[in-house]
Amino acid sequence: MTTAEFAVLSESLEKRYGDKRALDGFDLAVPYGTVYGLLGPNGAGKTTAVRIFSTLIRPNGGRALVGGFDVVSQPLAVRRSIGLTGQYAAVDEILTGRQNLEMFGRLFHLGTKRAKQRAVELIEQFDLVEAADKGVKEYSGGMRRRLDLAASMILAPRVLFLDEPTGGLDPRGRNEVWNAVRDLVAQGTTVLLTTQYLDEADRLADRIAVIDHGRTIADDTPAVLKSTVGGDRIEVVCRDTADIPAVVKVMAGVCVGEPEIENADGRVSALVTHRVAALTDVARQLQDEGVDVEDIALRRPTLDEVFLRLTGHRAEDGTDVQKETAA
Amino acid sequence: MTTAQLDGRTGRMYWAFADCWTMVRRGLLYYVRQPSTIAWQLGFPIVSVLLFVYVFGSAMDIGGGDYKDFAIPGMFAMTMAFGFMNTAWLVAIDKEKGVTDRFRSMPMAPSAVVSGRGVSDVIGASIDLLALAVIALVVGWRSEGSLMAACYAFVLLLWLRFALIWIGVYLGLLVPNQEAAGNLFAIAFPFGMISSVFTPPSLMPEWLGTIAMWNPVSSTANAVRELFGSPVPTGNSWIEQNALLMAVVWPILITIVFLPLAIQKYQRLSR
Repeated sequence: MTTAEFAVLSESLEKRYGDKRALDGFDLAVPYGTVYGLLGPNGAGKTTAVRIFSTLIRPNGGRALVGGFDVVSQPLAVRRSIGLTGQYAAVDEILTGRQNLEMFGRLFHLGTKRAKQRAVELIEQFDLVEAADKGVKEYSGGMRRRLDLAASMILAPRVLFLDEPTGGLDPRGRNEVWNAVRDLVAQGTTVLLTTQYLDEADRLADRIAVIDHGRTIADDTPAVLKSTVGGDRIEVVCRDTADIPAVVKVMAGVCVGEPEIENADGRVSALVTHRVAALTDVARQLQDEGVDVEDIALRRPTLDEVFLRLTGHRAEDGTDVQKETAA
Repeated sequence: MTTAQLDGRTGRMYWAFADCWTMVRRGLLYYVRQPSTIAWQLGFPIVSVLLFVYVFGSAMDIGGGDYKDFAIPGMFAMTMAFGFMNTAWLVAIDKEKGVTDRFRSMPMAPSAVVSGRGVSDVIGASIDLLALAVIALVVGWRSEGSLMAACYAFVLLLWLRFALIWIGVYLGLLVPNQEAAGNLFAIAFPFGMISSVFTPPSLMPEWLGTIAMWNPVSSTANAVRELFGSPVPTGNSWIEQNALLMAVVWPILITIVFLPLAIQKYQRLSR
């Protein structure tokens, strides 16, 4: 592949702050038309990378091309090809949603008339019709992010950077933002998404790069990443913790791996090779033994486990993520 | 040709002005959307006018002349001096909320972020002055000078405000957040008060009086008193005798120092 086929291409990118290396030989290649997740804990270098790609800061070494343009030598061309939604909803709080979009449209040099038209289109597209003429101060978190996204999409850029687009949002706000992003992707926008929410990367991204200490430590599809941790697991939740030994005995006979027990919630899980056969076997044998279970299910490994395996530590909001993946 | 393709030197010049105007519009929309902004900005000087003219005024002996004629031009100068806080506050909010970063990631003229702030703040300061002048007329203040002189006085006031924009931009980029920008009042208060705004420096202890005399706010205050023909005593020191000159020179010096600092601070955001 040539460089022209990549929406974002980064080679041995370096960024230092004093002695600290925020990016330490960071490589990334995002083909057009994909949603690429950049996953890593706080301070791993995700935001630094996005800030370099969007021309906000300059790298100390290596090079980065966005839309085929060099971020250092052709910043203006890069700025014309990208949209950026950062960690904060970067919109003017005193103006209305419409006034914000019109202002940004003028600053994107659309001209007054076209800027107004574009604002109307985006208000419709991002479902902000009712709130369009209210001050942004009155918006909910999800609405602000949608307005922020709309502002990023004024030029209909081919490449969109989303830096933790749902950080600090409630589940409803996150869903709103996810839906808006999915719509953009369906229209062909290439998205580079940073997140510490593993389920978010799992839901939105075609491909994930895991970054830690300023370097890419893994780069693959979510499915492949998960399979590197191990295959599917059967998970049985006992109604009565006294049943745990019986469940472990059954599972040890059927499954390939040693059953793991979490006493607190009576959860027993083990690795399996033939998913459906194993599930039927376990279920039948448990019935034969007369063990009553709360829940029995096949579960694919979560990205949280992938992360733990690759980095040796959990994602920063680990507890949060677990709760949501379990839900 | 779509306007976005307007490149080259002419294009850059055109967009530097067009983008600046868009930013100025944004500043003006604030007054429409939040008229209370003006009330907040004017609150302190108005309360001061009332306090010093009606409450303390009778007790104020500045060695001749009506205290009102002394205090009101001072109030104009003080309002301009405090204006830099407003600039710093707005710059700090944009930086904290990521709006500055959005501008910087867009293909707009980079200079417009600062020039737009400057122009809209000078327009805002003109509105402030107009409102203050109306209140001053209501409490019985009159300019004894010619109309031309009065106009020149207002130009000098705005000239001070213009120079202080760069201090405002610099401080706004320096402080970490808007809360810290609010604390800048701790600098603004002595900067505005240790001057000839309310009392002649000759009546202060000598060391403090010297500081007050050389405060740029004093030069502007004394210069506009002269232009308004206020029958008030001026000191005999060189700096007080040359108020008209220094009211022009101080803002130039401030600009020479702080404009490069503000630009450097802005460019360092990309570090």
